[in-house]
Amino acid sequence: MTQNNGNGAPGARGDTPLLALQGISKRFPMTIANDGISLAIQPGEIHALLGENGAGKSTLVKIIYGVLHPDEGAIRWKGAPVSIANPAAARALGIGMVFQHFSVFEALTVAENIALGLNDKQQRKGLRDRIAKVSEDYGLRLDPDATVHHLSVGERQRVEIVRCLLQNPKLLIMDEPTSVLTPQEIERLFTTLRRLAAEGCAILYISHKLEEIRSLCERATILRQGKVVAECDPRQETAKHLAELMIGTTIRPPYHLQEESAETAPARLEVDHLSVKSDRAFGVDLNQISFTVSAGEVLGIAGIAGNGQTELMAALSGETPANRAEAIIIDSRPVGLLGPAERRQRGAGFVPEERHGHGAVKDMTLGENALLSAYRTKGLVRGGLIDMGSTMRFAAEIIKGFAVRSDGPAAEARSLSGGNLQRFIVGREILQSPGVLVVAQPTWGVDAGAAASIRQALLDLADKGAAVVVISQDLDELMEMADHIAVIANGRLSPPRAVDQVTVAELGLLMGGIEAPSPERRDAVPA
Amino acid sequence: MPFRLEARGRHSPIWTWASPVLAIVATLIVSTALFAAMGKPAGAALYTFVVAPISSMNGIAELGVKAAPLVLIGVGLAIGFRANVWNIGAEGQLILGAIAGGGIGLWAGDATGFWILPAMILGGALGGAFWAAIPALLKTRFNASEILTSLMLTYVAQLLLIYLVVGPWKDPEGYGFPQTRLFGEGATMPILISGTRVHLGVLAALIAVAVCWLIYAKTLLGFQLRVLGQAPRAAAYAGFSGEGLTWFALLLGGALAGLAGVFEVAGPIGQLTPAVSPGYGFTAIIVAFLGRLNPIGVLLGGIVLALSYLGGEQAQIALGLPKAITGIYQGVLLFFLLGADLLVHYRIRLVRRVPARGAA
Repeated sequence: MTQNNGNGAPGARGDTPLLALQGISKRFPMTIANDGISLAIQPGEIHALLGENGAGKSTLVKIIYGVLHPDEGAIRWKGAPVSIANPAAARALGIGMVFQHFSVFEALTVAENIALGLNDKQQRKGLRDRIAKVSEDYGLRLDPDATVHHLSVGERQRVEIVRCLLQNPKLLIMDEPTSVLTPQEIERLFTTLRRLAAEGCAILYISHKLEEIRSLCERATILRQGKVVAECDPRQETAKHLAELMIGTTIRPPYHLQEESAETAPARLEVDHLSVKSDRAFGVDLNQISFTVSAGEVLGIAGIAGNGQTELMAALSGETPANRAEAIIIDSRPVGLLGPAERRQRGAGFVPEERHGHGAVKDMTLGENALLSAYRTKGLVRGGLIDMGSTMRFAAEIIKGFAVRSDGPAAEARSLSGGNLQRFIVGREILQSPGVLVVAQPTWGVDAGAAASIRQALLDLADKGAAVVVISQDLDELMEMADHIAVIANGRLSPPRAVDQVTVAELGLLMGGIEAPSPERRDAVPA
Repeated sequence: MPFRLEARGRHSPIWTWASPVLAIVATLIVSTALFAAMGKPAGAALYTFVVAPISSMNGIAELGVKAAPLVLIGVGLAIGFRANVWNIGAEGQLILGAIAGGGIGLWAGDATGFWILPAMILGGALGGAFWAAIPALLKTRFNASEILTSLMLTYVAQLLLIYLVVGPWKDPEGYGFPQTRLFGEGATMPILISGTRVHLGVLAALIAVAVCWLIYAKTLLGFQLRVLGQAPRAAAYAGFSGEGLTWFALLLGGALAGLAGVFEVAGPIGQLTPAVSPGYGFTAIIVAFLGRLNPIGVLLGGIVLALSYLGGEQAQIALGLPKAITGIYQGVLLFFLLGADLLVHYRIRLVRRVPARGAA
């Protein structure tokens, strides 16, 4: 591997690279997102752009796609200097991009959605046939006349990919394409990408998932804090080494005391046929959810986003009360009809998925944020008056105990990085000594170092006898932490299974909403 | 649009408080230019508007009299606004307070007794709270916007007041004027400083500031209201009752507006007339924002806006300027305040025009 010294484009193969970036810098009011980045992509190469959240990956690809303009640096396309004014200019050059968040209209058909992305009237002629041909050629099964809102997330992504392929791109940028896919869908996507690369289309693949990159990509550029820290062939590196390059420190695997007497451990959280109608438009109704978590146990709940996780979290925390008290039982006491504060008093703690505006208030101080969930359990209010001294001491205790980098209890929550704020929230809940802790996406958008410490803190809590429920879309995280794993799909929960007796493939099928292996529900084959 | 707004990304604690000061200065400059445009000597007009009203002890006392209702209403609104409860109908709640409290005063007639004033004050608070309870019910039960319902109820309240003073409550010896009898001795607010019109309501306003500050800054209730306003989902997560807090914010604002109403009619006015308030309930919205939605700030904001009423009167008398000058002054102030606040949080960026297709 070559440690990049930051100047000049490293032309690995000697020929003119398809795309070469030289010294690209981009500053934002608070940060330097890209700091003198150089990289080169050869035709037909699958090139990984690897980095943690906030490392500058998204900024860099937005510059390549013309969404942002660099403050400094040069872009060369097939050797000639170019300035890419906007996405239309990027597409004219032959650059296509599939965004992490799809831009499709739910009420329109596949063909109509694709037609909207075409600037040229000429291109719309015979569009249906061309969509059918492209999707067949690349194994992207898609019915041009299907309405998008009936499509699964994986199928919606295919719409975006086909939209790009119709423009015959020379370079296809994929931004975190697998975060919403099941393992099976990921494998299908990779087949398509390898095929494209074999035909000479370069692919810039953005991800923080190391195993994927090792199986798909032949070159990797690793970003950390806006700078290129390394270039390598990911197939030659271990995932651990890549992770260390990405975060800049060494990480140790989490430690969890496997409870040997799990059979005899008392149940701390029992959920029995919990059904809740969602009160949001496009929400998911919870349907007959049942599970039990014992003392010392970590239950992982896997699933693709939007399958009822938000609703399940709200039902467990009491933000949406259940329809009967016995639907949720904490330490043998029915709590289904109680609100969040009462459930906390009975020993529950919660870490919601959203940090800003849900788990914490960003314009309030850490002291006030400590008060938010602990005002009763920690006795921080007396006779309606806030005990500021105790509140600040509690906040300081969290900051110290969970290594939260901040300016102290008087700092506003917004001044903390995502990882630090998450450590604060997790710490706030753990220091209330909950018997039951429910966390959603505990390490989403958190840097790897903080993620490791958060996971360890949750496992330590379980080892002290608490029941911990982790709702996460990150299957690797659940396989690493959980004793049992269940899958939520379309508001239903599969029976929990011991983590050492279940394969990723089986979980993948459950995530796709399939109970037993059977043909996929609606992959319309174009005629 | 060739420009766009871009978030600054950080708050400036200095500008949070400097922006109202800047807005006041800008308002003074613009209103001076306005006086000049109307052919009045700018310097003298400014003096008449800003300095003359408070150049005597009596003027300062009058400032307190005018500020009292603004501050009473403003502190209540500020606490509500903090919780994202947008009670725009304080004017109507003021009128209902005046009707309820004033009604008790009229009913008492010339009777004297220690109970009359407390009953009137309580009646005023309950009247205002009742009028605010309607939007609270509609909001919590049907999710109807309290902005619209509270505002519309203001007009209902005004019509109710007019009906009463031209109908059943009209003074039989009032030569047909639309007004009630004057309140009796026992139903009139005591004067606190003899020789002035400083009445019990001025003291009540100061007490309201202290109590609301205590709620706002020191209690769990105030914390809950602030969390509800800044992050409703966090409030739900913490287990705070959004409905209960909405009720509290509206009832508090309504009760304080009702108090302002009864203090006005049983104090400086002395009877019910169709015009019990020169728009105090609306001006108090400006007061709340000028005071940064902070009870102590509202006290200062109330004094500034009270000056605009006095200055407007003075300008009418001394310079022959139209009555609308007060409204213009208040409108310009709100405009600059909102503008300054916007620029504290955002900067203006010019956007380069880029060609639709421009690959090199």
